[in-house]
Amino acid sequence: MSPAPLTPRQAFTRMLWEENPVLVQILGICSTLAVTNLVKNTLIMCVGLTLCTAFSALTISLLRDRIPRQVRMMVQVLIIAAWVIVLKIVLDAFLPEISRELGPYVGLIITNCIVMGRTEGFAMGNRPLTAFCDGLGAGVGYSLVLLVIAAVREPLGLGSFFGIPVLPSDWTRWNLMVIAPSGFFALATFIWVAKAFKGGTPRPAAPAGAKPAA
Amino acid sequence: MDVQAISPLVIFVAAITTNNILLTNFLGMCSFLAISNDLGSSLGLGAAVTFVSLCTAPLNWIVYHWLLVPFHLEYLQYIVFILVIAAFTQIVEMMIERLSTPLYLTLGIFLPLITVNCCIFGCALFLVIRGYTFLQSVAYGAGCGAGWALAIVALAGLRERMRKRSKVVPELEGPGIALILTGFMAMAFVGFSGIVRIN
Repeated sequence: MSPAPLTPRQAFTRMLWEENPVLVQILGICSTLAVTNLVKNTLIMCVGLTLCTAFSALTISLLRDRIPRQVRMMVQVLIIAAWVIVLKIVLDAFLPEISRELGPYVGLIITNCIVMGRTEGFAMGNRPLTAFCDGLGAGVGYSLVLLVIAAVREPLGLGSFFGIPVLPSDWTRWNLMVIAPSGFFALATFIWVAKAFKGGTPRPAAPAGAKPAA
Repeated sequence: MDVQAISPLVIFVAAITTNNILLTNFLGMCSFLAISNDLGSSLGLGAAVTFVSLCTAPLNWIVYHWLLVPFHLEYLQYIVFILVIAAFTQIVEMMIERLSTPLYLTLGIFLPLITVNCCIFGCALFLVIRGYTFLQSVAYGAGCGAGWALAIVALAGLRERMRKRSKVVPELEGPGIALILTGFMAMAFVGFSGIVRIN
C-alpha cells in the first residue's frame, strides 16, 4: 500500500516527535491523564501502555492477512484486550499495591485510542517488525508527554517527585495541581509549547506508509 | 460508610456533578475533543452515550455477578465488558436503522463511535470496583452518561461562541483551547464537591 515502506527504525523515531500521537492528534489521553498527579503511577501506566501497543501491533500485523475485513475492529479489540489482561495479571502479581491504586485505568488501555489507532492505521498494512517498532514508538512518544505533565504536577501539587520530597517543607502546595482541572491545563500548555517549537505548522505531510490513525 | 447503603439517587447526582466521569476521570476525551466542534452533533452523541451507558451498566452488572463471579472468571471482565458493549451498540444500531430513519440519522451514526468510548467502559469498570448493587449500577450508568453529555454540550456551546467572538493564539487553536475550556469547566465542577460524595 505504500511506495517506500518505512524501516523499523524510522517507524519508531517518527512517532516520538513529528507524529507524536498526543501532540498531533490529541489521542488516547483518557486512560493515563487521570493518574498524572503521581510520577510513579504515570510511569507504570506508560510502560504498560507502550508494551500493550507494541505487542498488539505485532500480533495484529502477524495475523493481518487472516483477519476478515468486516470484523477487523472486533478482532483488534479482542487482541488488545487479551494483552491488557496479561498486563493486569502481571501487575497484580508483582505490584499488587500499585495495581489497586490504578484501579480501572489499566483496563481502560483497551479503549485507548492510540492502541486502536496504531493497529488499525498502521499494523494492518505493515510488516510485523515495523508495526512493533511503530507501536513502541507511539507508546514512548505518548509516555514522554505524560511524564512531563506528571513531573510538573507532582512537585507543585505534593512537593515531591516519585514519592520523594524535593521541595522545602514550607513550600505552599498548589492543591489545584492534585485535582483534575490542572491535568487539562498542563496538557494544553504542553501542546501550546510543542506547537510553538514546531514552528506553527500544524501537521507535516504524513510520511509514506502512515495513514492518519482513526 | 457502607457503599451499598448509598441511595441510587445520590449516586446519580454525584456521577453527574462531583464525580463527572469526563471532568474528574478524563474518560471519553477522544470523541469529546473531536465532536465538540459542533453543537448539533454533540447533542446527538451525548444522547447516544447516555442511552448506551444507561443500558450497558446493568447488563454488565448482570454478566459480572451472575456469570463471571460464579465461575471465577473475573479476570475475563475486560473482554466480556467490551463484547457486551460492542454487541449492544451493534444491535441498537441495527434496530434504529430499521425503525426510524430520522432517529438513525441523528443518533445511529454515532453508535459505532461509542464502542471504544472510554466513558462507557470506564463506567462498567468503576461499578465493579466500587461494588455497586444492581439499582446503584443503573443510577451510576445513567449518571455517567448524563454527566458526559452535559460536559460535551456545554463545551460545544462555549466553542461555538468562542469562534464568533474571540481570537485565539494560533498554536492553541482547536484542541488546545478546548482543553483549557474543559479545565475551567472542571474547576467549576469542583465547586459542587460539598453537595454529595461517593467514592
